[in-house]
Amino acid sequence: MIQFEADGKTIEARDGETILGALRREGVNVPTLCHMEGLSPTGACRLCVVEVEGAPGLVPSCSFPASAGMKVKTRTPRVLEARKTIVELLLSNHPDDCLYCARSGKCDLQTLARDLGVRQRTYRGARNDRPLDISSPSITRDPDKCVLCGRCVRVCEEIQGVAAIDFIGRGSKTTVATAFDRGLNVSSCVNCGQCILVCPTGALTEHSNVEAVVAALADPSKTVVVQHAPSVSVQLAEEFGIKAGLDVDGKMVAAFRRMGFARVFDTSFTADLTIMEEASELAHRVATGGVLPMMTSCSPGWIKFVETFYPDFMPNLSSCKSPQQMMGAIIKGFWAPNQKLDPANVISVSIMPCTAKKFEAERPEMAPNHVPDVDYVLTTRELGELIRRFGLDLMALESETADTPFGERTTAGKIFGASGGVMEAAVRTAHFLLTGKELENLEIRPLRGAKGIKELRAKIGDLEVGAAVVSGLGNARQLLEQLKAGRKDLHFIEVMTCPGGCINGGGQPLGADPEAAKARMQALYKIDRSEAVRVSHKNTEVKRLYDDFLGRPLGEKSHKLLHTHYAKRETVI
Amino acid sequence: MSTMDLEAILKKHAGAKRDALIPILQEVQEAQGYLSREAVTRIGRHLNLPASKIFGVATFYNQFRFTPKGKYHVMLCRGTACHVKGSQKLLDSAVKLLKLKPGETSRDKLFSLEIVACMGACGLGPVVNLNGEFHAAVSSRKFAKIVEDCRQKELEHAQN
Ligand code: SF4
Ligand code: SF4
Ligand code: SF4
Ligand code: FES
Repeated sequence: MIQFEADGKTIEARDGETILGALRREGVNVPTLCHMEGLSPTGACRLCVVEVEGAPGLVPSCSFPASAGMKVKTRTPRVLEARKTIVELLLSNHPDDCLYCARSGKCDLQTLARDLGVRQRTYRGARNDRPLDISSPSITRDPDKCVLCGRCVRVCEEIQGVAAIDFIGRGSKTTVATAFDRGLNVSSCVNCGQCILVCPTGALTEHSNVEAVVAALADPSKTVVVQHAPSVSVQLAEEFGIKAGLDVDGKMVAAFRRMGFARVFDTSFTADLTIMEEASELAHRVATGGVLPMMTSCSPGWIKFVETFYPDFMPNLSSCKSPQQMMGAIIKGFWAPNQKLDPANVISVSIMPCTAKKFEAERPEMAPNHVPDVDYVLTTRELGELIRRFGLDLMALESETADTPFGERTTAGKIFGASGGVMEAAVRTAHFLLTGKELENLEIRPLRGAKGIKELRAKIGDLEVGAAVVSGLGNARQLLEQLKAGRKDLHFIEVMTCPGGCINGGGQPLGADPEAAKARMQALYKIDRSEAVRVSHKNTEVKRLYDDFLGRPLGEKSHKLLHTHYAKRETVI
Repeated sequence: MSTMDLEAILKKHAGAKRDALIPILQEVQEAQGYLSREAVTRIGRHLNLPASKIFGVATFYNQFRFTPKGKYHVMLCRGTACHVKGSQKLLDSAVKLLKLKPGETSRDKLFSLEIVACMGACGLGPVVNLNGEFHAAVSSRKFAKIVEDCRQKELEHAQN
């Protein structure tokens, strides 16, 4: 620990810590734009400047290390003026679009302008007038709202290991774009939406499907049904100003009914179903000498990542569709005919913490006879928008329960929302399938928590199993490189595209911090602790579905409805 | 350029690091006339660099192009001397006439347009270089004539 002076007060800093880090702990809110917690500083925006006695100019506090005895001033007229000027310059070619901007109210640029006292346009630069990129089913880019902070570029390369985008051009022509400046849809982008989360402005947003869902709900010829992913119920309250970590499942179900959804199903049901299929697939691979390690297939960003960067590993991917697409296939392929409804008149809407799910729903193999199994995917954010649009006070609604048959779930399906959850659910069921006995302690600690790579060595019956859980595609890349180099001790690998899993997905409420993701994770494990049915093979409706319709896991009907295939992508990478 | 040429260039830079990027790009463009998507992807594999990064670096400099040159390659000087003599106006009319932005090639692959910083003929500005041939004091009118001549040549060529 060292000591230095900030605004006349002595404060402490760890060795090597930046001025910014020390100030933030003291409750001094230095504004930043390009700074990203946990990544190396770039010093690009200079918004975080402070005065340091003896230094010739203002210094960027996000990259300047604190040293013993230094004297820092954070709110002199010179500092405040410099920060304000930076924002004014950023605004000089910015469209005055706040009223119509999806980011309004959650926009860092807007907040900075307000907090730093920008009350009028001081500079007027030429507008860029670059076209919107609406080519992607998941992400919309508006380059005119970009302030070139570089956060999206860094998250895409350093956290996700994708590097679909970078700065191109020079000087006033600089912009963020894909290789050869083509649409995101033909780039190596995997649609994860992590760039949206870190973007300080409205330059990056999800491709919205809110209007389409509003229209479907108003169309009397359509039966609109909805499914919601495991993590949505522990994210949604934040859209309404509640602190992270509250589960509002029942209120959300009530809101769906008020808005006119004919049936409310739970994607955790098909998560349970996924476990039945995937555990059987793993057992089959082990028994028949199939390709190992098997890798999970529920995260569509990861699937596109493998198809694009590591096609040699496609045979390792489980052939199971994701829970979203299993539910879609069952709704259109089983439930609709059972209800004497034409699948084309059933609109299946899915609420996901994820932007890549929008892309997944549009994959051609997910639309038998050109009728998509999932018609529209809304992110948790868009669900918030929909609820507000319909004038509902979420927190005031009385809880209701989901519909049968696909509303029943076990807590094993629910914990799919956190990294490690799929593996934990799979181990619970695999143990029962292989030994005939339930696992004594259902909580498998090494698989939990926010770490990017988690491993487990377990003995299930006579079988020695090596399991790995990774989240964040940068971590996945590391593990794949180990496998390429000859690592052989793993049988089953769970991969989630987003760091920490779906609870930290690209479709989550904006402005959340790492603590929020942890609180959501805890909320899921609390549900797991507090309910009675905690293993997928005890989901009675899943059993009934097998008895009445599917037959058995990996059977003919399962194969047709619940499994899929992958294809190598010829993309510039 | 054949894949062989590309491989030969990369072979010369075996074990190269990121700092070899610019020389490699220059050599490939020299051999190929432009940087194709395939070449960029291959160079990326060689240097362990994503294509977006290579494209970013390459667009930072004016010298690289990403489409093959047209049959008639127009280089227009935007150096200071030519600027004073009105090269901006000339560029505007060239863009309009050819329906091309600098760096682009027409769909029929006949024309391509490129901006260069200075061609060392500062006394003669605005200067245009067409397939290696210099034209001095080019006005918009004169430029239109140059283009017309090329089109005429093509027409005659097609008739014979
Ligand atoms: S990006 Fe922010 S500042 Fe720009 S228009 Fe949108 S809300 Fe307003
Ligand atoms: S969505 Fe993900 S992969 Fe695509 S550009 Fe953003 S961070 Fe990169
Ligand atoms: S798109 Fe957003 S995150 Fe990316 S550079 Fe622009 S402002 Fe920053
Ligand atoms: S936040 Fe420090 S330079 Fe941008």
